[in-house]
Amino acid sequence: MNITEILFWFLTALAILSALMVVFSRNPVHSVLWLILVFFAISGHYIMLNAQFLAIVNLIVYAGAIMVLFLFVIMLMNMNSDSEPQKNKWLKMAGTVAGGSLLLILVAALKNSEVQYQKVEGAQGTIGLIHNLGKTLFTDYVVPFEISSVLFLSAMVGAVVIGKKD
Amino acid sequence: MGPASMIVLIIAAVVFSLIAIFASKFVLKATRNKQKGEPYECGVPTQGKTWVRFNVGYYLFALIFLIFDVELIFLYPWAVAVKQVGWIALVEIIIFFFILFIGLLYAHKKGALKWT
Repeated sequence: MNITEILFWFLTALAILSALMVVFSRNPVHSVLWLILVFFAISGHYIMLNAQFLAIVNLIVYAGAIMVLFLFVIMLMNMNSDSEPQKNKWLKMAGTVAGGSLLLILVAALKNSEVQYQKVEGAQGTIGLIHNLGKTLFTDYVVPFEISSVLFLSAMVGAVVIGKKD
Repeated sequence: MGPASMIVLIIAAVVFSLIAIFASKFVLKATRNKQKGEPYECGVPTQGKTWVRFNVGYYLFALIFLIFDVELIFLYPWAVAVKQVGWIALVEIIIFFFILFIGLLYAHKKGALKWT
């Protein structure tokens, strides 16, 4: 087992464990913090696949900004384990049965389908490297790049118009 | 090793700082008392619970932060490629920032950055 495989299994275990902790933790703020750890693990996977730009986007936009929004929503709604009503026993049991049957159907469907397994080639492509992306973006795709700034502008104007009534 | 070495470096950095934190826990004998648990030594003591509902006005700031955060993403490929593409890239990024600056001006004009 070389170091790439060890890292893969480490990151996979980290992602799954922290995703489970997102669901199981009682405090919603803790859930958000675990979700940040999930994003870090997935960014690690992106780096192993030579997709540096995606890894950076995932870290800065998702783990940074979107999680700030999540935390804000939790603080604005003032949800915490004391004030939130806990679901009763029957509802929990019904949820378990429904989720379990969905899992059963998914596993059965996957078992019957003929999936073409293909080995993932880690660190093979070079298109995801930031250098290549920057070269393509600033030579061949200049106009889409500039138009994306108009998209940001419209998003900001929309946020201000909705946020400020007067 | 390629990209794996980068992740090894990140994990090593995290482990290094964790060792520093836990080493101080083992070396020092921690004492707990009421004064130590308070937030900070200066300022007024907190009244009531600290779990309070936050003002919704913060959300607009968070949204504007999000947009500039996404804008920042484009600076990474730009910074790496600017030397190869040359001065055209500089003009491109200046136009990009100018359009976004109009958005900031608009938000400022509408008073979105003011606390009311």
